Amino acid sequence: MVPISYYLVLSAILFALGVVGFLIKRNLITLFMSIELMLNAVNLAFVAFAWQWKSLNGQVFVFFVMVVAAAEAAVGLAIIIAVFRTRETLNIDRVNLLKL
Amino acid sequence: MRPHLHLWLIPILPLVGAAINGLLGRRFSHRVVTLVGNVFVGASCAWAWRVFAQFLSLPHQMVPYVHDYATWIRAGSFAASYGLYLDQLSMVMVLVVTSVGFLIHIYSIGYMAHEGGYYRFFSYLNLFMFFMLTLVLGNNYLAMFIGWEGVGLSSYLLIGFFFLRDSAASAGKKAFIVTRIGDFGFLIALFLLIKHFGSLDFGRLFPAISRLGVENAGPGLLTAIGLLLMTGAAGKSAQLPLYVWLPDAMEGPTPVSALIHAATMVTAGVYMVARSNVIFSRAPSAMLVVAIIGCLTALFAATIGMAQTDIKKVLAYSTISQLGYMFLACGVAAFSAGIFHLMTHAFFKGLLFLAAGSVIHSLDGEQDMRRMGGLRKHIPWTFWTMTAATFAIAGIPPFAGFFSKDEILWNAFASQHGSWIFWAVGVLTAFLTSFYMFRLWFLTFFGDFRGIEAGIGEHGYGHIHESPKVMLIPLAILAVLSVVGGWIGWPQMIGGTQRFEHFLSPVFAAHAEEAAVVGAKHSAEPLLAGISVLAALLGLFLALLLYWWRRDLPDKIAAALGGLYTAVRDKYYVDEGYDAAFVEPLIKGSTYILWRGIDAGAIDATANESAEGAEHVSDALRHMQSGNVRSYAGWVAAGAAVVIAYMVYLGVR
Repeated sequence: MVPISYYLVLSAILFALGVVGFLIKRNLITLFMSIELMLNAVNLAFVAFAWQWKSLNGQVFVFFVMVVAAAEAAVGLAIIIAVFRTRETLNIDRVNLLKL
Repeated sequence: MRPHLHLWLIPILPLVGAAINGLLGRRFSHRVVTLVGNVFVGASCAWAWRVFAQFLSLPHQMVPYVHDYATWIRAGSFAASYGLYLDQLSMVMVLVVTSVGFLIHIYSIGYMAHEGGYYRFFSYLNLFMFFMLTLVLGNNYLAMFIGWEGVGLSSYLLIGFFFLRDSAASAGKKAFIVTRIGDFGFLIALFLLIKHFGSLDFGRLFPAISRLGVENAGPGLLTAIGLLLMTGAAGKSAQLPLYVWLPDAMEGPTPVSALIHAATMVTAGVYMVARSNVIFSRAPSAMLVVAIIGCLTALFAATIGMAQTDIKKVLAYSTISQLGYMFLACGVAAFSAGIFHLMTHAFFKGLLFLAAGSVIHSLDGEQDMRRMGGLRKHIPWTFWTMTAATFAIAGIPPFAGFFSKDEILWNAFASQHGSWIFWAVGVLTAFLTSFYMFRLWFLTFFGDFRGIEAGIGEHGYGHIHESPKVMLIPLAILAVLSVVGGWIGWPQMIGGTQRFEHFLSPVFAAHAEEAAVVGAKHSAEPLLAGISVLAALLGLFLALLLYWWRRDLPDKIAAALGGLYTAVRDKYYVDEGYDAAFVEPLIKGSTYILWRGIDAGAIDATANESAEGAEHVSDALRHMQSGNVRSYAGWVAAGAAVVIAYMVYLGVR
């Protein structure tokens, strides 16, 4: 049986990858995927704990997160398409019109 | 059964006229405006006379006739109602106001025929009638105050009637502001009355006050109230030291000067003091102040009147002086004499103004007496009516002014509150009055016409035209009244019954016993009357000498008097003094302290500086927002890391 610490370490690694990816990448889609990565890292931790403690709470939380992530993906992709149409770029550093 | 007099019709009718002309008059034809403007006032006048007929037959215990129509204000224990109060005093006032007012309305048809804003004029004039009637008929001080302010408003509107002329506009403002100073005193008097008696209703107030004793020991509450009321009266009735607005008010059209600034509105102060006789008769020191102010004003204004050259200004100062007489009468507790003079003054001063207006009209707007003269032959109707008025105001028997003025002078001498000083000043004023009025008379109507050099009447005498009939008829009626109007107060010493005083006596009942005291001195009355007639004749003689026989003398005298003459001619520099003492400091203070100092320097500066401060702070803070999304994410991650590290630290500790 795999000890819980393995799952948690994997989850931490995935989350860190997501954070780093978000910080260093400029492409909007990549950023988006980084966010998904972080969310799923958290999901992994949730299910791991749910399995550990034989509680359904963690599993339920995961479903919520997945629903929110799906909604977020739909809205986020729509925004990305709209941004690309107007700005013809997905470089996040050049989408800064609101800056004074 | 209680008869219903329908008093409310008297003030409401002119209001309806004002509303119709004011709201719709612009679209009406000249003829309709004339009709609306006069019919309602005429109806009000007719109704007033009908009410008078009913009033005379009212049983004794039903006077004063009070009718409450509705509650107006109810706040705690204080209540004020829409109600009318008719007693002998308000009856006299209503008759004078509606009758003289109606005559002046008719006169205005002719006088204002060629002026712009014809409908506006009649609308204002009707509005004035409404407020004046509210003032005299209201059954509480608050209603009186509403009328009081309302006539002030109408006066302002009518003085500034030719508002394109700068002087007219500022004269209107001056009248409004100066009388406002007095109104302040009036208001405080009302507050005091509410505080101490809980009511402003005449019917409740006067009995309550009459239970109080006379403040002989020293000034008290009633003295304070009396003095404050007198402040209000001094503002409205142009007494020292608040008289300065009245001469300037002559900027208004002449019928306005006649109606508002001679016959009715300016006498509101006298009416108010007479109405408050219960208060004044219990405050001897306040009465003394009233008498002194009246006395001084009478003399002061008469001296200024001697040296004026503008025909309307002479009449304006004369009005101030005559109002002084009325206050003198009130101040010596001869209220009915004051009201008597108020009435006769309304006749002859209204007439003088209307006749002067007719003169001005005939000369196409010339007001300077130095450019008149010899008009007797060209405008005979005006001349004869003016003659009646001049003799009346000069106090020559048997014209109306003699009776009322004599009554006042007699009371000033013989009343308990009187003194020979008041009488002497009164007689001196009578002499001056007679002099300046006959000066006006001679300068205007006698000698040769002096206006040709000044470019008036370019076609020679043919251009000077008598006024139309619609102006002359009111003149004629008022002339008759100026002659016979005094006879209702025919004094006892020559076999009269003083019906006027008897009629009013229920209102001033508190003084019944004083009249008995006076009776002892009655033997001196013919002598005093003789002296005042002599003074009037002396004035006539002096005017005759200076402006008829030796026309070179006035200039020589003026030159000989030098500075004194110019001081009188320039009205003792009172206006300049007020300017320097009050207006200039006020303007300077407002400009430099209130405006630039407090408003711009403190209030605006606080607002502006705080806005600028916020801008500076924001400017510094906005650099935190680089616009780089990933840097924000970095901060979020760093923050989260810090929080986690802290929690881990707590966990392992």
